[in-house]
Amino acid sequence: MPLYHDEDQAMLADTASSFMAEEGNIAKQLRHWRDRDCKDGFGHDLWKQMAELGFNGILVDEADGGLGMGHVEAGIVLEEIGRNLTPSPFLTSSVLAATALKHGSDDLKGRYLPGLVAGDSVFAVAIDETAKHRPERITTRAEKSGNGFRLTGSKSFVVYGGSADMIVVAARTSGADNETDGITLFAVPKDAKGMSHDAVRLVDSSMATHTKFDGVELDGDAVIGEVDGGREVLDAMLRAGRIGAAAEGVGVARGAMDRTVDYLKQRKQFGKLIGEFQALQHRAAHLYSEVEIARAVTIKTQQLLDAGAESADMMTSVAKAKVAKTARLAVQEGVQMHGGIGMTDEYDIGLFMKRDRALAEFLGDAYYHANRVAELSGY
Amino acid sequence: MSDLEQFRMETRAWLEANCPAEMREPVRDEDDVYWGGRNATFKNDAQKAWFDACVEKGYTVPAWPKAYGGAGLSAPEAKVLREEMARINARPPLSSFGIWMLGPALLHFGTEGQKQRFLNEIARGEIRWCQGYSEPGSGSDLVSLQTYGEDKGDHWVVNGQKVWTSYADHCDWIFCLVRTDKQNKYQGITFMLIDMETQGVSTKPIKLISGNSPFCETFLEDVKVPKSYGDDIPAQVGEVNRGWDVAKYLLGHEREMISGAGGGDRTAAIGAAMKRHAAQNGDELDPVLRAELAMFDVDALAYGCMGEKFLDEIKAGKTHPAQPNMMKYAGTELNKRRHELMMAAGGSRSLEWESEETGGGKPARNWLRTKANSIEGGTSEIMLNVVSKRILELPGG
Repeated sequence: MPLYHDEDQAMLADTASSFMAEEGNIAKQLRHWRDRDCKDGFGHDLWKQMAELGFNGILVDEADGGLGMGHVEAGIVLEEIGRNLTPSPFLTSSVLAATALKHGSDDLKGRYLPGLVAGDSVFAVAIDETAKHRPERITTRAEKSGNGFRLTGSKSFVVYGGSADMIVVAARTSGADNETDGITLFAVPKDAKGMSHDAVRLVDSSMATHTKFDGVELDGDAVIGEVDGGREVLDAMLRAGRIGAAAEGVGVARGAMDRTVDYLKQRKQFGKLIGEFQALQHRAAHLYSEVEIARAVTIKTQQLLDAGAESADMMTSVAKAKVAKTARLAVQEGVQMHGGIGMTDEYDIGLFMKRDRALAEFLGDAYYHANRVAELSGY
Repeated sequence: MSDLEQFRMETRAWLEANCPAEMREPVRDEDDVYWGGRNATFKNDAQKAWFDACVEKGYTVPAWPKAYGGAGLSAPEAKVLREEMARINARPPLSSFGIWMLGPALLHFGTEGQKQRFLNEIARGEIRWCQGYSEPGSGSDLVSLQTYGEDKGDHWVVNGQKVWTSYADHCDWIFCLVRTDKQNKYQGITFMLIDMETQGVSTKPIKLISGNSPFCETFLEDVKVPKSYGDDIPAQVGEVNRGWDVAKYLLGHEREMISGAGGGDRTAAIGAAMKRHAAQNGDELDPVLRAELAMFDVDALAYGCMGEKFLDEIKAGKTHPAQPNMMKYAGTELNKRRHELMMAAGGSRSLEWESEETGGGKPARNWLRTKANSIEGGTSEIMLNVVSKRILELPGG
């Protein structure tokens, strides 16, 4: 498959691009909700509009009411979300939770997917337990209790956890904390007794929670996939989320770069457009080159994931690391080349820097993923 | 079975029958590479047998039309052939600047007579070409070149000096940029084909920091270049005074080649190999070096995807004309970094200049050679200029 969008994908990209620029733009969404101190951190109306366009169910099978598309298509929507810094539960709900639910029972799918596809429900995922992403180690425990389980432990960086109608929780049902096996995924409903959220606003104005599970009683049918066999589902969910975050990161990088290049063509100093200065031209050209490469590895990895290729797992880490490095370069060059106004809240470029910081940390930063590339390569 | 799958099976069978075992080994030394030319000799029978089989099949230039010595393969077929050759590690039967650079220019700008004669000669490895672009004082600023061809009616008299002419001391012909109008900067250059046996052409190797000498200086003193080499075979490619168009087109191909688009060494991950080499010497990688190798591998693997995307987009006509400049910039900077890390991982062993263990100082010589990557074919700074002006459309000169 060639490494560019086919006709259908290009059409989806046009739709997503104009919709996000029109409805999901920074003034209408990010600044709007931020300035109102919105406790959700995103707008439910936009979520509903996205559902009307079919976006929310992109990764949901057609039999379950979705579009049955792949990571390339989900990435198209995410890149536009990134370019516009659109606050949206798309990544947590339509990518991460939807991927987990693919492995769920018909009952679970029937309970949750219609709400997702219709834009009525929002989901979150609870994986991390420490400030850095370490999914190899899960200590939150779910013990057998009657027909179900008792969930005890705490999770952090649960993005949109306070707004979620359901949270996918990775917990340990057997084995020691560092063991690969013995993990089970649960679909924990919003009103579960014993679940409490400590909500925090993050640097990019998004909302996340520290979530505690204090003996939360769950029915047996809350299990996603097999008891003790959840690692495989967790890994599939992580791959989907990581390549999704990479796609959004490409959008953030492009958004920052485009604004910066435009600014270089407008701003005059010493009687010249600053874009005439070779020192800035070379840095802008270098940035362009890095963004092109980051886009290439992202689409390649999306295709590998959609094809179920063996190399997809390692390439997901290559993509996440490459995009994290590239988006970081884009936002840093963006703020620096904007000069003093780049530091002001009034200009948007600084918002890209904040979003990059939060997005890079989500599901593993460049260091985590480069280390993973080394380990998977055998060194 | 689709036609392409059918072609793959046939190709696999043909390679099995025609590619000798000795030709399925990675190239180790310069004499493993066959460059062709009037005075070429084969290293061994296997090299000759493989070359002859490919010439007969048109596989020295598979995508060229059959009339010009190629196999007339479509782009997907050529890709299958590349994949099948890579699968068995088949060496290229013929390496040649005629194939990589002059050929594409002739296919695009040449007369039918030029194509018939020169493309066939290139495909059959009969003449070996070098490139006469740079001059002392005209490196990246090529259009400032001074070599002058004076119009004498039925011939030109060319005087000047070229530099960085790769392998000129082994070449038969040179394709050369010659100023034929001193008034016009861009539209006063002619792209000329000159037989190096012509009176007045001489070459001298330039020894490089690697201790090797792939490059030469080439002197042109009162060289009489006929305006025609036969019916419909003018000495110049394209129009007189419009050689800059040909040169630019050709530089695009050169940059693609140097960028390593489409895979090869510089897009490969190296961390695992460096760890194994270190272990063989009872050594291990420092954690900080390991981390740098991991970051390099991320960049290299991502660049490999870019190479693939770039070729896909070229095939589909979707690529920006200046994109080869970006590829060249990123690819060559990456390759320099790669060799810095390989030197670091090799430690004192990689410093050895002549020992048997290092194959005569290969790691060090290769490392030094890569320093030219971001200079030859246009410096990285020129590449960045082109990207910023033509792709990002930044203002100024």
